[in-house]
Amino acid sequence: MFEGYTLAELGSIFAMQGFAGLILFSVFVLMALGLAIIFGQMGVINMAHGEFMILGAYVTYLCSTLVSEYLPALFPVYFFIAMALAFVASGLLGMLVEWGMIRFLYKRPLDTLLATWGLSLILQQIYRSVFGAREVGVVLPDWLMGSVAVTDTIEVPINGLFVMGLTMIITLVIYTVMFRSRWGMGVRAVMQNRVMAGAVGINTERVDRLTFGLGCGIAGVAGSAFTMVGSTGPTSGQLYIVDTFLVVVFGGAQSLIGTIASAFTISQAQSTMEFFLSGSTAKVLTLLTVVAILMLRPQGLFVLKVRR
Amino acid sequence: MKISVRNSAPRRATGELMGVALLALLILIVLPLGLDGFRLNMVGKYLTYAFVALGLVLCWGSAGILSLGQGIFFGLGGYCMAMFLKLEASSPEATKIQSTPGIPDFMDWNQLTELPWFWEPFHSLPFTLLAVVAVPSLLAFIVGLAMFKRRVGGVYFAIITQAFAAILTILIVGQQGYTGGINGITDLRTLNGWDIRTDGAKQVLYFVNAALLIGAVLLCLFVRHSKLGRILVALRDKEDRVRFSGYDVANFKIFVFCFAAALSAVGGAMFTLQVGFMSPSFVGIVPSIEMVIYCAVGGRLSLLGAVYGTLLVNWAKTLLSESFPELWLFAMGALFIGVVMVFPNGLAGLYQQYVAPRLARLFPRAVPRVGEVIPPPTAAE
Repeated sequence: MFEGYTLAELGSIFAMQGFAGLILFSVFVLMALGLAIIFGQMGVINMAHGEFMILGAYVTYLCSTLVSEYLPALFPVYFFIAMALAFVASGLLGMLVEWGMIRFLYKRPLDTLLATWGLSLILQQIYRSVFGAREVGVVLPDWLMGSVAVTDTIEVPINGLFVMGLTMIITLVIYTVMFRSRWGMGVRAVMQNRVMAGAVGINTERVDRLTFGLGCGIAGVAGSAFTMVGSTGPTSGQLYIVDTFLVVVFGGAQSLIGTIASAFTISQAQSTMEFFLSGSTAKVLTLLTVVAILMLRPQGLFVLKVRR
Repeated sequence: MKISVRNSAPRRATGELMGVALLALLILIVLPLGLDGFRLNMVGKYLTYAFVALGLVLCWGSAGILSLGQGIFFGLGGYCMAMFLKLEASSPEATKIQSTPGIPDFMDWNQLTELPWFWEPFHSLPFTLLAVVAVPSLLAFIVGLAMFKRRVGGVYFAIITQAFAAILTILIVGQQGYTGGINGITDLRTLNGWDIRTDGAKQVLYFVNAALLIGAVLLCLFVRHSKLGRILVALRDKEDRVRFSGYDVANFKIFVFCFAAALSAVGGAMFTLQVGFMSPSFVGIVPSIEMVIYCAVGGRLSLLGAVYGTLLVNWAKTLLSESFPELWLFAMGALFIGVVMVFPNGLAGLYQQYVAPRLARLFPRAVPRVGEVIPPPTAAE
């Protein structure tokens, strides 16, 4: 598959595809982080995670339309407002869902899967009724347009760079919250031993609700970032849900580092192969490899050792 | 739950057989008399999904293995049948306007000049009938072997089967020249020279399908009442104890997964025959998970309930999407949530709770007890 390319061309191809892979990586990481918190820490299968992401994307779209209409002065920085709103909207919806539905199902993980699938169908239809079946995109402010030329043959789009930087910051924030704050310690305590955590005075129900809300809120931010690189439709979330679950499972469900490593591997493999093979073949090969590795190593790449 | 001593096993078996007889009466006599040809064909289509639901009752309800990839097996069975029918429809005389006569039309459109090797054996009907059951079972065996021997189960199994459903759909859509792509395999005409598109043929196929379904229900009842069925329930509730008693748990799981796959494949093949085409839209994630809800609405523990659940959900789907298409997804979503949160044992659970006691008072003798099984201690995982 490499015939007909010179070495220099191959280098540029790998660099460009590698960069395209990094953008995919950012979206995967943002989506998978939320899911890793919900699935890895709480053991809940949230099939509606994609729809929480799309909610963030629609909030961003609304924000961009409203700001350019009424507050054009703020347009260059509307994205930051939109992102915060997306986090709040998805997070609140997540907490509502946890309160109304998930909390009754903690002992039945397979049933959460079916119930959240039902939720995702309802949300999709709501989006379709409110925003229409066609995909919508946002207008980027000027400073996010264009690309940086690294060498003669390698060009890097600025919005991609921005999304990547954003991902890094968000990942750091989540890491700090989960592993360096008192609240994060409470979350991890509840997930490792619910009864004992309750016995030492942690309000486990409150921790559950906030954790679920945090996971969904991060999905909203992912959706917000997603609008920078693609357009949004009512069913866009569903396209990513299987990939994201594979990312989380492949990385080892309880490990955030594992999630990032597996998101990196999967996205790079897919985008590099996409250039040489057709898109569908690349995707099939990637998914098959991941599934094959998971069959050999069901616990995923990184395992957190916990005594139960 | 109160256990009455009089309710002994042989008597319960008679009750279940009466339930099967009622179902047979309904789908073999009442529906064909009461519905016109078009509606009957539609019911026939729904009944092919019931095969999948039956498999799920054993796999999910009895053994606690939730597979979100039953569409794979339904689709593979359907595709095997469709490949045979397509080859018969693409005889050199019928396709002489193509640049390569004798191969299916979509291959010709995709610049293929000869039949791919894996299509060749599908010229033979006996091979096809064998493949309809063997190909999906073999795939289920490989997946089951890899997963259950390593003690992967529960949600991980569900996610990986779902990934397989996604992979197969992408593969079928992507390899247009070999599979017909997103449109699937269409324009199927005859089965061994017998035109399957006429009204008469559709009626015959309906009865074949219904009879096969009754056979499948009986087979599932047999499996469930055998020692094997007891072990399946036991390993759902306390897997470790079954293992410590000296059973190889993985083998039982592999068996029930393959059995469910084979049943789904028969449904898929009957679907292709009755509807006249097969496409990837019956393979992927969305149809696979919809098939789970058919089973859940009927009651994940009840074989007959699964058949009625399939009929009911599909009938509602047709009714709603004919008149209020935008309401259908809301209804479906509400169904998923409701069936999990409000009535986890589905129609069969409601029947046992409200209808069966009254019937028992009215007719103290022989009352059909629809699909009675030991429910899991806390509602099924």
